[in-house]
Amino acid sequence: MFLYYIRLARMSLMKQPMLTLLMISAIGVGVGACMTITSFIYLMSGDPIPEKSDQVYAVRLDAWSPEGPYDESKPEEPPPQITHVDAMALLESPVPTRHAAMRKAVYTAVPENEDVAPFLTVSRMTGGDFFEMFNVPFLYGNGWSDSADANAENVVVLSKETNDQLFGGENSVGREAQFGAESFTVVGVIDEWQPSVLFYDVNNGPLNPVEDVFMPFTITDRRQVAGSGNTNCWKDEQIDTYFDLLGSECVFVQFWAELETDAQIAEYQAWLDTYTEGQKELGRFERPTNNRVSTVTEWMDIEDVVYDEVWIVMSIGILFLAACLFNTIGLILARFIAKAPVVGLRRALGASKSQIFRQHLIEVGIVGVVGGVLGLALAWLGLVGLRQILDDAERVVLFNFDLVALTALIAVVTAILAGLYPTWRVCQVSPATYLKTQ
Amino acid sequence: MLEMQEISQVYQTDLVETHALRGMSLSVDSGEFVAITGPSGSGKTTFLNIAGLLETATSGTYMLDDQDVSKLNDNQRSRIRNEKIGFIFQSFNLIPDLDIFDNVDVPLRYRGFGAAERRERIESALNQVGLSSRINHLPSQLSGGQQQRAAIARALAGSPVFLLADEPTGNLDSLMARQVMDLLEEINANGTTIVMVTHDAELARRAHRNVQLLDGRIASPEPFAPQVAASEAAMQPVA
Repeated sequence: MFLYYIRLARMSLMKQPMLTLLMISAIGVGVGACMTITSFIYLMSGDPIPEKSDQVYAVRLDAWSPEGPYDESKPEEPPPQITHVDAMALLESPVPTRHAAMRKAVYTAVPENEDVAPFLTVSRMTGGDFFEMFNVPFLYGNGWSDSADANAENVVVLSKETNDQLFGGENSVGREAQFGAESFTVVGVIDEWQPSVLFYDVNNGPLNPVEDVFMPFTITDRRQVAGSGNTNCWKDEQIDTYFDLLGSECVFVQFWAELETDAQIAEYQAWLDTYTEGQKELGRFERPTNNRVSTVTEWMDIEDVVYDEVWIVMSIGILFLAACLFNTIGLILARFIAKAPVVGLRRALGASKSQIFRQHLIEVGIVGVVGGVLGLALAWLGLVGLRQILDDAERVVLFNFDLVALTALIAVVTAILAGLYPTWRVCQVSPATYLKTQ
Repeated sequence: MLEMQEISQVYQTDLVETHALRGMSLSVDSGEFVAITGPSGSGKTTFLNIAGLLETATSGTYMLDDQDVSKLNDNQRSRIRNEKIGFIFQSFNLIPDLDIFDNVDVPLRYRGFGAAERRERIESALNQVGLSSRINHLPSQLSGGQQQRAAIARALAGSPVFLLADEPTGNLDSLMARQVMDLLEEINANGTTIVMVTHDAELARRAHRNVQLLDGRIASPEPFAPQVAASEAAMQPVA
């Protein structure tokens, strides 16, 4: 009977193509709009490092002004970054399994091939622990050693794309790459890696792509390279030189630690508290002690990676879908009521209510599936449009299987919801009612 | 084969209570051809709906093929309609989007027959009504008489225990009406019981027995008398 119902549905839908098109369009547009927004939020709010999100922690200390909090709208939160002084001190802690201070910088890459023009690269100045802490996949080689960090050695890890540009995609481990005036030894090339959100530095742009190169954090001191990320200061300090900045109360360093057990977290929290108490004795940390270690998802929430306005837009999307749903209910109802005489005849000839129900539910299911395909296409177009608006979101706004499945599910559920009442209504047709009038 | 005892049907609204049938009793034997006549409002349509299990009577007992069908639920009534009753309507009631083959196929689909058996039954029924050559025609491509014959084929295809015909020639001209009646008589002669509701005195005269309804009761259970038909014809023009 299923194939028979499919055939009847096809005939019924083809009989009034404009009405069918309207129903499919109503569902498609509603689902498309809703899914465009949902897809974006889903990707933004998803866990970017699910395998380790309960082990890696954003570390923050509150060395901000005694006059007021860093963010008046969140007075309980310390600044999102820490000072260079504190970063270097935290790197001395023996508690975390791994930890890394980091900041963003820009270097000019100078290819060996003189025919290729030098180009700017965004660099993450960080520690060798960064790669294992965040499960960064490597195409060639590995991250650098602790001694490279300690000695501020000129070593570099390249992104796959940068390796393609500098070395034509070859295994470049051990080769020299020139950045600015200095030569760096390539120790690793990372494979394709793009967390949905650049969680380790959301304050510099959660939608930014992963950096082009990675270098030891410590070489910034030696080379006196100014960072390119956000730097926030509160104290009236004389900052004329790079070293003035390093010694200032300005915050511009992100700090992450890997803590594997609750005991380790507690121990690290105590270590941080002890550290800040010591600093208070030196006249720093004038605010109440407020050291935080936050999981990735907590951190993204604190930093409003999915900001409130997006949820409002999502609500509008859902309301739009609801409007389309009610519209579709009206269209299906009109269609089914027009079919009541034939339904009455089928009932007279022996069709049960459940058979009539199944027949019409399959018809709305087909509308849902086709509407879902249309919705998927419209959602894809919507996401392409979002890419145009958010020009650095190219790697973030992507379809995946979950979203395609969710879109199809929403479309079919929407169609069936829209069709349930009309289908129920048409099943209530008394077989005798229309037999005289058909 | 069909036995109704004290069947009453009352339609109730907030203001009005209408007694469509008032304790009607009727028995139809297997192989009979019975005409049900009566003026408008006499209860013919209500009788037809109850006999065809399209409605449930307010009270009374209805035995069909030795089975009490008075208190069945909707699903059970659907199944009995499908298996035991063949309907022939005044306005043919063919589904306009389906060709004749598929129209005859409708009740067989709900019966759950396999494809081969359905095809065999459809071809046999269409052959019986002389429409084998029109099997792939749409209803709109057939004359009124042919459409009614197709409807009769649909009613016959499931091998019902009786045919319930509602003004089967009401929408046909006299020539086609005669052909359809000839066909019904032939079907009856082959052993199929027929109960026919009609206004037409001449048609009623061709039945074995005429049951006249008046105000929801049987006025005349006697075999057809010409004067009854004549008075009825004067009272109610054919629709």
